[in-house]
Amino acid sequence: MNFWERMYLPAIAKGLGITIRHFFKKIPTVKYPEEQRPYSKNFRGLHSLKRDEEGRERCTACGLCALSCPAEAITMIAAERTKEEMHLYREEKYAAVYEINMLRCIFCGLCEEACPKEAIYLDGPHVTADYLRKDFIYGKDKLVEPVFDITKLNPEKTN
Amino acid sequence: MEGAFILEKLILVVIVFTISLVIAMYSTLAERKIAGFMQDRHGPNRAGFGGILQPLCDGGKFFFKEEIIPAGAHKPLFVLGPTLAIITACISSAVIPWGQTLTIGGREVVLQVADINVGVLYIFGVVALGVYGIMLGGWASNNKFSLMGAVRAASQSISYEIPMGLSIIALLMVTGTLSMGEIVAQQSGFVNWNIWAQPIGFLIFMVCAFAECNRVPFDLPECETELIGGYHTEYSSMKLGLYMFSEYINMFVSSALMAALYFGGYNFPFMYELGLSENWITIIGVLVFFLKIFGFIFFFMWVRWTLPRFRYDQLMGLGWKILIPLAIANIVLTAAVIIVKDTYF
Repeated sequence: MNFWERMYLPAIAKGLGITIRHFFKKIPTVKYPEEQRPYSKNFRGLHSLKRDEEGRERCTACGLCALSCPAEAITMIAAERTKEEMHLYREEKYAAVYEINMLRCIFCGLCEEACPKEAIYLDGPHVTADYLRKDFIYGKDKLVEPVFDITKLNPEKTN
Repeated sequence: MEGAFILEKLILVVIVFTISLVIAMYSTLAERKIAGFMQDRHGPNRAGFGGILQPLCDGGKFFFKEEIIPAGAHKPLFVLGPTLAIITACISSAVIPWGQTLTIGGREVVLQVADINVGVLYIFGVVALGVYGIMLGGWASNNKFSLMGAVRAASQSISYEIPMGLSIIALLMVTGTLSMGEIVAQQSGFVNWNIWAQPIGFLIFMVCAFAECNRVPFDLPECETELIGGYHTEYSSMKLGLYMFSEYINMFVSSALMAALYFGGYNFPFMYELGLSENWITIIGVLVFFLKIFGFIFFFMWVRWTLPRFRYDQLMGLGWKILIPLAIANIVLTAAVIIVKDTYF
């Protein structure tokens, strides 16, 4: 090392230069709860059980999704539709219980592909954190998409 | 002494005390923010707008934490340690001239708590006392890591006080006075700043100030990776808070000292040419002084996130083998220049 190098001061100045450059750099961090990065188009998130145009559940409880599931996360109990339930379910057979264990699910999307009725899609957000294992078994209350009622959107206009 | 004088000084003391505490408080936030920015992230930004309430939250947390005094600790000294550290940190700001005189209702108020004629010596005395707080705290904890940290702090402070004092001697040869008020008053304008006369002295002083404040790259007394926490390993709750506070106040005071001794204190370029009234010059001077202080505080933090820590033998080597000879050479050089100037010009 020559005299300049042994003084360390040029090296220190160089180091200070590097840090001050970072000081004025644009910060890449996303402030998560306020800002969110957009999901990619083929992002697979939380499942939703779809309804048809008349608001009836599309699922017919054929069990193909459960069969195709590599993680064995889906269970269902089928039931037969009665006369009074015509407006609720599209097919004669429907899923009385439909549960997905979100701790087992690997979000591969095979259920989506297997479904012949276009009844299940992984189009939701992330599965949120929870405290108990039992709270990760999502039933129909969480999975079935809400009824889309156009009359309730803007009651004054439709009347 | 008249009552108004005492009242005036009392108000000044309270203001200075408050300002140094508030600055110490917000230095903690500034440190974390600057650390964040230098590492390409946002610092703390959850409490209040941009994290502005973070120091209050930290303070509140310190007050509500459990107060633990280890079973083997020497109780009175254990309590005395942080007390002494914070007291010595606070009282060293007494001789710093914050500004010129303010004329309020025909009364001239000097913006300096005490313009004693040995101001520089007073600061050195108080700074030297600061080691006691650390040493007592470290020893009274009855913990080998605390003691190691304290011993390191003590030997480091003592080693670096010598070059600091020597660099000041060269400065005193230039100024010819020990009074802080006069030293700053001499540096009016811009060309009269002592930094132009004493660049090497300033460099030595600054390096020593870093060492005295236990700041990176001289933070061996509390290096987290080697000594857990250093001299305050056993401290918790507000006692730890006091130690950290005293550290930040020390940083503030040494920044003020550097600004006052070498960078003209409250003096700013063209201060008399702009045609301002006396009071305005004083007010702007105070603001300029604080600007300089903040600049130095920023520099302290900037260095912290740039340089790695010294090894202990390197620290001692730098202090004894480089800074002291350099400071002595600086004295000789200054003396030679003064003699040449006096005899030939």
